[in-house]
Amino acid sequence: MDVSVSDLVLDEPREIHPGTPKVDRIFHGSVRFVAFVVMVIFGAIRLFLGAKSVSTFHLYGVRFLTESDWEPSLNRIGISATLLGTVLVALTALIIAFPLALATALYISEYAPARLKATLVSLVDMMAAVPSIIYAAWGFFLLMPHTIGVSHWLHEYLGFIPIFRVDTDPNAAVLAQARYTGSMFIAGIVVSMMVLPIACAVMRGVFAQAPPGEREAAYALGGTRWGMIRTVVLPFGRGGIIGGTMLGLGRALGETVAVAIILSAAFDFKFRILENGGNTISKLIAERFGDATTVQLAALLAAGFVLFVMTLLVNTLAAIMISRSRSGAATEA
Amino acid sequence: MAIIPSTAAPPAGSVEVPGPPPVQEQPRPLTTRTLDDLLSVVGSALGAFAGTWVVYEQLLPLSGVLGFVICWYIAFLVMYASVCALSHPRPIVVSKLMTVVMTSAAVLVGLALATVIVYTVGKGVKALVHLNFFTRDMAGVGPTSPLDQGGIAHAIVGSMIMLGIAVAASLPFGLATAVFMTEVGGWFGKVVRTVVEAMTAVPDLLAGLFVYVTLIVGLGWERTGLAAAIAISITMIPIVARSAEVALRVVPGGLREAGQALGASHWQTVRRVVLPTARPGLATALILAMARGVGETAPLLIVSGASTFMNANPTTGPMNSLPLFIYSSIRSPENLTIERGFAAAVVLLAIVFVLFAITRLLAFFSLKRFLKRYKTPEMSTPGGLWT
Repeated sequence: MDVSVSDLVLDEPREIHPGTPKVDRIFHGSVRFVAFVVMVIFGAIRLFLGAKSVSTFHLYGVRFLTESDWEPSLNRIGISATLLGTVLVALTALIIAFPLALATALYISEYAPARLKATLVSLVDMMAAVPSIIYAAWGFFLLMPHTIGVSHWLHEYLGFIPIFRVDTDPNAAVLAQARYTGSMFIAGIVVSMMVLPIACAVMRGVFAQAPPGEREAAYALGGTRWGMIRTVVLPFGRGGIIGGTMLGLGRALGETVAVAIILSAAFDFKFRILENGGNTISKLIAERFGDATTVQLAALLAAGFVLFVMTLLVNTLAAIMISRSRSGAATEA
Repeated sequence: MAIIPSTAAPPAGSVEVPGPPPVQEQPRPLTTRTLDDLLSVVGSALGAFAGTWVVYEQLLPLSGVLGFVICWYIAFLVMYASVCALSHPRPIVVSKLMTVVMTSAAVLVGLALATVIVYTVGKGVKALVHLNFFTRDMAGVGPTSPLDQGGIAHAIVGSMIMLGIAVAASLPFGLATAVFMTEVGGWFGKVVRTVVEAMTAVPDLLAGLFVYVTLIVGLGWERTGLAAAIAISITMIPIVARSAEVALRVVPGGLREAGQALGASHWQTVRRVVLPTARPGLATALILAMARGVGETAPLLIVSGASTFMNANPTTGPMNSLPLFIYSSIRSPENLTIERGFAAAVVLLAIVFVLFAITRLLAFFSLKRFLKRYKTPEMSTPGGLWT
């Protein structure tokens, strides 16, 4: 076959960087734009809270953090008692929720019969989806009357510990029941109902990822079920346990409605969790924004900013804990 | 193309290698339950009950159901441990004890959830049996009016309108953000992810406070359903974005590469491959965010005024909603009002559970479809894809 030179086509390399098609440029541009807008909105919220707080800190200085009273009429505004109350309620909730969440997560991932597992997982998710107002109603009407006895018992027998002290006589002929209602303890119990499913879901997710090989190795060495859990599942899930708990703590710090309904407002700087009265930042904001002047509104925003910084700190720590652990990738869902 | 029938049978002429007869491997049973185990649990429980009753109720000056149950439980644990110790070495006793502890903790949590639901329904049922509770509003109905007057139609309608607006706002924003974070990404994607993640840390109350200060105090809006819906969307967008991102990330990368290798543009790949594959996960993300949004109370306290009458217009006037109605009702000293509040709580709980059930059904059906699609013989035999 004759091939003339003119028939030879010089090989041209295929373009391997063919510019992005137009439709893709539109696609990338628009999602990037939406993401940018979302980022700007959320960034603005934070900047806004921060900027408003600056003026408050200028006006009140460090007193804003050390003053316990919230008396706008006397120009005495501070959040020390409120801050302490926020932390105490959240810690009470955590102390109650942590062991229960851990045990429930272990039960679901290690003990429950296989056919029940999916149901139990959805039950925990459902528990997280129950609106907090419903827990609040439950706590106020059902739990509160039953907790008075517990509070009284703790006061009577453990009252020498400062946090269990109550400003009343435990052996009085007629029990001063009102002293034990509306306490940070009861609010903490109700908040623990909201913390529990969050912490439990994270922990269970991590436990389920524990490597089967190591589980089988533990059994092959003759370990009992608890021995396997103690040596394989718990060490593997440590990051998830801490992370899930802190995620729950973040929720507990910001909880508003349940605390607003159950806790009676009081502005004392006190550790006595069994006693009537207390306050948290979110309760303060929910109750005081209505009649607030511009200056007070800025002060409420500053309180909100402090709350936000605390929650952010806790959540960031949680995220780091979860990602640092071996089980990091497992907690995405 | 289809010359070779796609069967799993070995080709003719291959030599059958005689091997040892297949041994059915049996996993070591970890959950054997003998009669002994059962009886030690039941026996310890009964024994502890009797012992506690004698000591607690008869001998010591103690009373109270809660204290009794706690003492019974402790006595049960001690008794169960000693019964097990009679026939087992220490590690097994510890293991058995932990099994009982874990199980009882899970039961306790389940009981707590059950009491929440049962108590709410029990207190709300008196108002729920009246049909007018669902069809009337509270205009002109006093706190002491009997339950066959008035209802929560205005709160249900208000909640639905707010939720509708919030979904309409948060779905496109949340989804587009999630698509950006997973499919486009880059350094800016990391920035957005950090911001969105930090945003889930913001207590929902602060979203309400932000809307209150900017829109109501700053721009002079009145308290309307729209303002409330905006506050709810602010809390919903990060939830939608985060969970949609998780749903998109589990789409196998091979599918994306296949789409691109067939010459599809990035947009076509996302639209025709990634989003349809992730659809059940995305629906779950949205519905879970809706369940969160409809029960959101804290921001509503601040931005939406509570009306007693029907107001279907989100742009003017106060608009009531279920959480807000519950909140104001249960703080009332009047028994009838509290009962109305609990009945509204049952309605809210029912909405949340229905939304929740939908996510479960979606997950179930997508699994069925997945199995149907991928369990055809052509797909499941090796080489079947080539014929």
